[in-house]
Amino acid sequence: MSVGTTDSSTAHPPSNDEAQRIKPPLLPPLLRYILIRIGISLLLIWGVTIVTFLLTNLVPTDPVAAILGDRAAADPAIVAATRERLGLDQPLIVQYFTYLSNLLQGDMGVSNQTRTPVLQSIGQVFPASIELGIGAILISVIIGLLLGLASALKQNTILDHAIRALSLIGISAPTFWIAAVGYYVFFFKLRVVPGAGRLDPWITPPPRVTGLYTVDSLLAGQMSTFINAFGHLILPSCVLALFTIGLLTRFSRSSVLDIIRLDYVTAARAKGLPARTVVFKYIFRGALVPIITVVGLAFGSLLSGAVLTETVFAWNGLGQYAFRGATTLDLPVIMGVGLVIGIVYIIVNFIVDLIYGFVDPRVRVR
Amino acid sequence: MSIGTPKQPPTHTTSASAEAADRNPVDRGVKRWQLRFPKALRTPLGFIGAIILTIWLIVALFAPLLAPFNPLAQDFPRLSAPGGENLLGTDTLGRDVLSRLIVAARTTLPAAVFVVICSAVLGSVLGAIAGYFGRAVDEIIMRIADLVFAFPTIILAMVIAAALGPGLKNAIIAILLVSWPSYARVTRSLVMSARNSEYVVAGRLLGFSAGKSLIREISPNVLSPVVVLATLDVGSAILTMAGLSFLSLGVVPPTPDWGAMISEGVSQFAAWWIAFFPGLCILTIVMAFNFIGDSLRDSLDPHTAQEVGETTS
Repeated sequence: MSVGTTDSSTAHPPSNDEAQRIKPPLLPPLLRYILIRIGISLLLIWGVTIVTFLLTNLVPTDPVAAILGDRAAADPAIVAATRERLGLDQPLIVQYFTYLSNLLQGDMGVSNQTRTPVLQSIGQVFPASIELGIGAILISVIIGLLLGLASALKQNTILDHAIRALSLIGISAPTFWIAAVGYYVFFFKLRVVPGAGRLDPWITPPPRVTGLYTVDSLLAGQMSTFINAFGHLILPSCVLALFTIGLLTRFSRSSVLDIIRLDYVTAARAKGLPARTVVFKYIFRGALVPIITVVGLAFGSLLSGAVLTETVFAWNGLGQYAFRGATTLDLPVIMGVGLVIGIVYIIVNFIVDLIYGFVDPRVRVR
Repeated sequence: MSIGTPKQPPTHTTSASAEAADRNPVDRGVKRWQLRFPKALRTPLGFIGAIILTIWLIVALFAPLLAPFNPLAQDFPRLSAPGGENLLGTDTLGRDVLSRLIVAARTTLPAAVFVVICSAVLGSVLGAIAGYFGRAVDEIIMRIADLVFAFPTIILAMVIAAALGPGLKNAIIAILLVSWPSYARVTRSLVMSARNSEYVVAGRLLGFSAGKSLIREISPNVLSPVVVLATLDVGSAILTMAGLSFLSLGVVPPTPDWGAMISEGVSQFAAWWIAFFPGLCILTIVMAFNFIGDSLRDSLDPHTAQEVGETTS
């Protein structure tokens, strides 16, 4: 534990600290905190299934007609039989429990267009998006934090204004447009990055272990495949990172500005510690704690960005799958993607909360 | 004491009175709603944003006069490059890109402002109810808000828009449903802190009803943060709307729309102008709202500004 965090926590003692001391809690605070977070996350996931279920049943068009086609839908007997087979004659609450038990057994329905099970398709495309998401989050965390730190340390200089303006522009641009422009400039005109897809068309994908081509090719010892996959990853993840760089820059700037004003930083400076030590050991470390929470949010916007940009790069991931589903109004596909992204987002935020709880003891007693 | 009544003329806050306001929670209540808009727009970013926004408002207002051609007429050679008769080129159906861009401002801008006003009103009312009454009402409203926050914005908007079917009206409903919770959160916490201020308690002792207390006494505390949040939110509403159109869940063709034009342009890489210019339109207009909103937030008192926080979409 750094001097900084202890210092700042004694500076603002939480008021319920007193109550904690009077009545010893049943469980250690960290364990209690983790259990509460697990409970909340499970409740949220349950809520997410209700949302997707209700939306599926909101559809103004009759799902039976969509499945049967015109001629069969004209016959009332067939329609009634199909309704019964699909369970649509049951009350909504029964239908929900059917839906939930299907979900728990891994049945997310079948695509209206391709007739393949949604879960199977999502399983195939999911690793591609994860690979893209990890690449983008690494880029945006590194660049975003450094820009935010620089901006805050040079507050109200030209550098600060430039970084603030750039980060505002970064969160103002539609990601799918940046993707198109980036692809046009760097592939179509300059040819500095490989074209669309996750690999060049003549390269066979590495044997599937994780589904991440970069990892799998390394595991299989195929260096040339790795270089190719890595090259294909660069542009899409940079494009995707642009929005989150803006977000993280802005947040880390304000976080660093909050820390800089604290007494322990002044004390460190007064002690005559070298500027670099003050910046990285004192300011940056203290500022990092609140930033962790934003990384979860950033991951959510990366997932959203992926849905909109993958199509541009013909990146065969969750996003392209969702795009195809949306343009053909393939409801089971859209709901499946919504459900999976909702759950992943909840899990990521759960992990972020856990890290936050470990790093900052003050959070646990809330 | 007329504290908190919106009729009080705005006074200049000197640093001394700001300090006094900081010490005295009652006075801070007054200062919060006195957002000095003109001053906020005097910062470089705010100024640039205001100018860009004014230009866009003029374009949207006078679109029929400014557009050189009929945005729907397929009168020109297909995919002709910018320059010449069609200043920004033509699209795959031989329509004038510039005219389509100009006319699209008329749907996007009012729709975005409309949806933000609706969600700000809906969210603040729900948040105020949750914050003022607490208990079960609070729990129900805020748990629904949590559920909306459990999804990344555009994913939930996509799911809702897909269930309702494509179209501008449904896209607006989708964005409304995903964007009210941030107002509810901000309003709730501001109302909760204002509820126990001395002047509000005094009003209650005088026998003010909950409605009167909320509208006359508490709402001035909430107004300016909500306005700031709304300004920042117009930008993200435009982005979400463009995203929905890009997924062909927004404005239905042939009505010109920026997101849909980018979607069309993506499949026509050689004709870069189809996708490039609409993206520039979205970028500049969202940027304008973000610049203005950012400057407005800086003019809030720091404590309140923290409630408004960063926008994410």
